[in-house]
Amino acid sequence: MSQLSSADTETPEAAAPEIDEAREAVLADITARLGDGVVGSHIRPGDDLWVRVDRANWVAAAEAAKAMGYRFFDFLSAIDWLPSPFGRDMDSQEDRIVSGTPAKEPEAMVQGYAGGESRFQLLARVYSISAGMGITFKCDLPDDDLSVATWSNVYAGANWHEREAREMFGFTFDGHPNMINLYLPADFVGHPLRKDFPLLARRVRPWPGIVDVEPMPGVADEEGEGE
Amino acid sequence: MTAVSDPQSVAALAAEAVDNRVNLDFETEGMTLNMGPQHPATHGTLRIIARLDGEQVISAEPMCGYMHRGYEKLTEVRTYPQINALINRIDWLGSFANEVPFILAAEKLMGVEAPPRAQWIRTILFEMSRIANISLFLGDFGLQLGGMTAGFYAFRDREWVLNQIESATGGRFHPNFDRIGGLKDDLPKGWIESSHTAMDKLLAFCDELEDLLVGNEIFQARTRGIGVIPAEIALSYGLSGANLRASGVDWDLRRDNCPPGLVYDKADWKVWTHPDGDCFARTWVRLQETREAAKIVKQLLDTIPSGPVMAKVPRIIKVPEGEAYVATENPLGEMGYYVVSKGDLVPFRVKIRSASFNNISIVPWVARGAYVPDLISILGSLYFILGDIDR
Repeated sequence: MSQLSSADTETPEAAAPEIDEAREAVLADITARLGDGVVGSHIRPGDDLWVRVDRANWVAAAEAAKAMGYRFFDFLSAIDWLPSPFGRDMDSQEDRIVSGTPAKEPEAMVQGYAGGESRFQLLARVYSISAGMGITFKCDLPDDDLSVATWSNVYAGANWHEREAREMFGFTFDGHPNMINLYLPADFVGHPLRKDFPLLARRVRPWPGIVDVEPMPGVADEEGEGE
Repeated sequence: MTAVSDPQSVAALAAEAVDNRVNLDFETEGMTLNMGPQHPATHGTLRIIARLDGEQVISAEPMCGYMHRGYEKLTEVRTYPQINALINRIDWLGSFANEVPFILAAEKLMGVEAPPRAQWIRTILFEMSRIANISLFLGDFGLQLGGMTAGFYAFRDREWVLNQIESATGGRFHPNFDRIGGLKDDLPKGWIESSHTAMDKLLAFCDELEDLLVGNEIFQARTRGIGVIPAEIALSYGLSGANLRASGVDWDLRRDNCPPGLVYDKADWKVWTHPDGDCFARTWVRLQETREAAKIVKQLLDTIPSGPVMAKVPRIIKVPEGEAYVATENPLGEMGYYVVSKGDLVPFRVKIRSASFNNISIVPWVARGAYVPDLISILGSLYFILGDIDR
């Protein structure tokens, strides 16, 4: 109800200093199984658990989770932490590449929960129906070698998710049984979900700025009811 | 220029099929059967390449991408309220249900909570979209198996719930009604009474369809024992919703992990499971779910609290830095959004976990060894919406 300031990011955690014993126990269990493989973690009490493992332990993490009863496979994807090189923040009225204005100073790359060291991070989530909890796994992939072992032998559902991650981010999943494109044509060049892949629709039709941010109900505005 | 032009993989599959003189007794040649893609107006621009030995399917590989709209990329250049209009189009039969988990994820990051009245109406509309979605399945599945009658009844009675959604939100298919912090508007006058009538009609429709379709001998012959998915396989593929419950897994996010902002605990209802895991079980579970949804709506209609429908939220919504995953039990199964925010007007990354994507990825496994007509039963009963696979 209260925290509405946008800059303030620490408040939700600081306001809830309680310890989530169940998730702490899960984290301790994973750490016991993987040892040094766990390189980062984050717990939001009563909500979620993030575990970052190193690349050598990516499959071991899945096996450990499955052995712990996390048998439901949720999703597997990735995050590209590179700040958009096009300098297109939402307030800008122009495309800097088209207009020729110098790009602004690139922001520092900041990884999210459970930390990170590289630009690309794998993201996968599994769920335990008996415990009623999920684990979100993350894994850093170094820029010069975007390959990782496949999860599809542990969680069969990872098959399609890895195919999608491959074409969208350009990863290689070693040992994957059917590594062909899922969505994109076979001759498609580029990896669309990378931050440096331009969204051409934005080139053709420039971003109108924040004029169409919807108004509060009851606030007089000519915007009408939108679409 | 979509996945149709994937000549290499198609040629490889065809060549493999010809080489595959699988049936050594009769020395029949393998055959590749191409199913679909169909017209986008159906829920099936999905194409299946099936390799056959006589009537039997050796392998079936779905080819996706005919409808890929790149929503995950588009979310990176759209504000949160704009994304709300976009994600309406993921599962277009139960659109309102698509909005809710995304709004809840944004609310979680912002620390905002919708007022009770908004939570009630949200839950009611959520269940109404479930009815709109599943009632079409019940008719359409009959249609696919040759029972035209069910289709007509479903389209007739689905109007009742669509009219209610339309009169409350203004949109029959794409309401775009949910807002961070509440709802766009309050309910129109007389809506509660007309909703009660609509739900009674829908409950009667369920009874009618149980006699017409589910009790039908031919229908049972086409679905019983077909496409059996054991629970363990279903879990590892990430099947969710009625597909998982039809395999005997008693798990429903509405009951077991309901995110704050929905009020399922205020109604008395039941999660149905079926032990068989076949096409019939999936249909039966969905039929029961439609009934339960109507019951939830009827109970919540009587207990809507008064008050505002919108919390105090800034006019321009900036979501604080953080990550959150919120999933709800949508008509097709678990739908969730993993939202990464950098404190900006737009999210940094949104991973859309849609139910049909996982549900349909099991097709290669479950179709192996099935007969060609059973493939229709299997695909129909897994129940996918193409927009939900391709996003």
